[in-house]
Amino acid sequence: MAEASLPRMIDVDPWSIAIEDIDVSQRELWAENKKWDFFTRLRDEAPVHFCPESDVGPYWSVTRYADIMEVENNWQSFSSDRTIVIDDPEEDFELPMFIAMDPPKHHDQRKTVQGVVAPVNLQALEGTIRERVQDILDSLPVGREFNWVEQVSIELTTQMLATLFDFPFADRHKLTRWSDVATGSPETGVVETEEQRREELYECLEYFTRLWQERVDKPQGIDLVSMLAHGEATQNMDPQEYLGNLVLLIVGGNDTTRNSITGGVLALHENPNEYNKLRSNPALIPTLVSEIIRWVTPLAHMRRTVTKDCELHGKTLRAGDKVVMWYVSGNRDERVIDRPNEFMIDRPRARQHLSFGFGIHRCMGNRLAEMQLRILWEEIQNRFHKVEVVGQPQRVPSNFVHGFTELPVVLHAL
Amino acid sequence: MAKITYIEHDGTQHEIDADTGTTVMNAAIDNLVPGIDADCGGECSCATCHVMVHEAWLGKVGTPSDTEESMLDLNPERQANSRLSCQIAVSGEIDGLVVDLPEFQF
Repeated sequence: MAEASLPRMIDVDPWSIAIEDIDVSQRELWAENKKWDFFTRLRDEAPVHFCPESDVGPYWSVTRYADIMEVENNWQSFSSDRTIVIDDPEEDFELPMFIAMDPPKHHDQRKTVQGVVAPVNLQALEGTIRERVQDILDSLPVGREFNWVEQVSIELTTQMLATLFDFPFADRHKLTRWSDVATGSPETGVVETEEQRREELYECLEYFTRLWQERVDKPQGIDLVSMLAHGEATQNMDPQEYLGNLVLLIVGGNDTTRNSITGGVLALHENPNEYNKLRSNPALIPTLVSEIIRWVTPLAHMRRTVTKDCELHGKTLRAGDKVVMWYVSGNRDERVIDRPNEFMIDRPRARQHLSFGFGIHRCMGNRLAEMQLRILWEEIQNRFHKVEVVGQPQRVPSNFVHGFTELPVVLHAL
Repeated sequence: MAKITYIEHDGTQHEIDADTGTTVMNAAIDNLVPGIDADCGGECSCATCHVMVHEAWLGKVGTPSDTEESMLDLNPERQANSRLSCQIAVSGEIDGLVVDLPEFQF
């Protein structure tokens, strides 16, 4: 790690640093929430920007909405093969998963599991989700401080995930841990060492291998493990590839909505006028949900690797180059989104945002995410006058998972 | 100019006049036909403008491009006559077109 020797962005003025020296990947910028001005400068002055040296090696940043769409729509030139995050894959611990594949294999594997979150199935799940949301909200203390992340965001998304996997409910907190471990590292403090990380992920594999064995000889069910065990494109995966796809489904269903649940509370607290709009017109909840997902952008980026030399916004990219699409920046691009730095729960065309990605890798759980958030806000409105934020939020020190570890709140009764 | 009829999943019909040069998706949005989300705005990259084209019109609307095919392929509720309406151009050729809307956009 060259971490110590590189100039740290957290110490410089974003408006006076030379544009070529900007490195938005540095973790401190994310932990301290100091990345926004750097992204504004990149969008205005260098929308396709090369950072020659960083903690994660050289990389291109794509920061405008339209340029991100161009990359999303051209999987032939911008490949997802092997990894979709800014860090390079670990040579001796690769986790193949369908989000990190190109067609045709990507399509074969994704189609095996996609049905679990198809809207027609979600209708059947709505009652279960509502009951769980009600139980969680009814168990919360009123008038006393607690951590919203721990008691609501994590609890709700973990219960959902356990349902989708038909995972033993009493053990569900293992899913939360594996999700954190999968995207964590010694630098983020989730694990002590890389060895510990791998060990815990192998425990995950071992646990899920038992579930696979229980289900492979039974008729196919509608849970994700059964779907993988019976699917033509997935039944012969090697253990590492099973683990990779598990990590994808666990993180995809957990680390994302968790942070939209937390970020929504924070955004409404910081924008009391918008909260009053919601109180007087609950019909705005579906638009509120889309606006929360744009505002929070729970995954800050996706990475592609250039397959052949090509041009992007006047720059020449070479085969092998790392290209990072910063969704977090594209979602604040005033060229496409009107008054992007305002949180507006009645925003026209609120679904037009980058948080789910576009193209063949677009989030397959997007309707489930929206449904969980919709039900949560409906039930909050039925119970509480207000969710008041009473302290500083703590943020995940990651340039990928854009979220929170702590949000102290106090509930006020109706 | 072309007349287009959109039929919602519950049977509700919307008949509109669409200008040549627009798309079947934009004509729906401009006339407030419900059931088409069009999240990506017509870039063939979200598949939330899914429609099913009535058989009589299948020969007139052309066939999906590779990109459209790739997006349709990922929809578990895809039918043989499924198309993305952002990829069907409006012209006199398709005057009278009838499309069904799915119960849900994916």
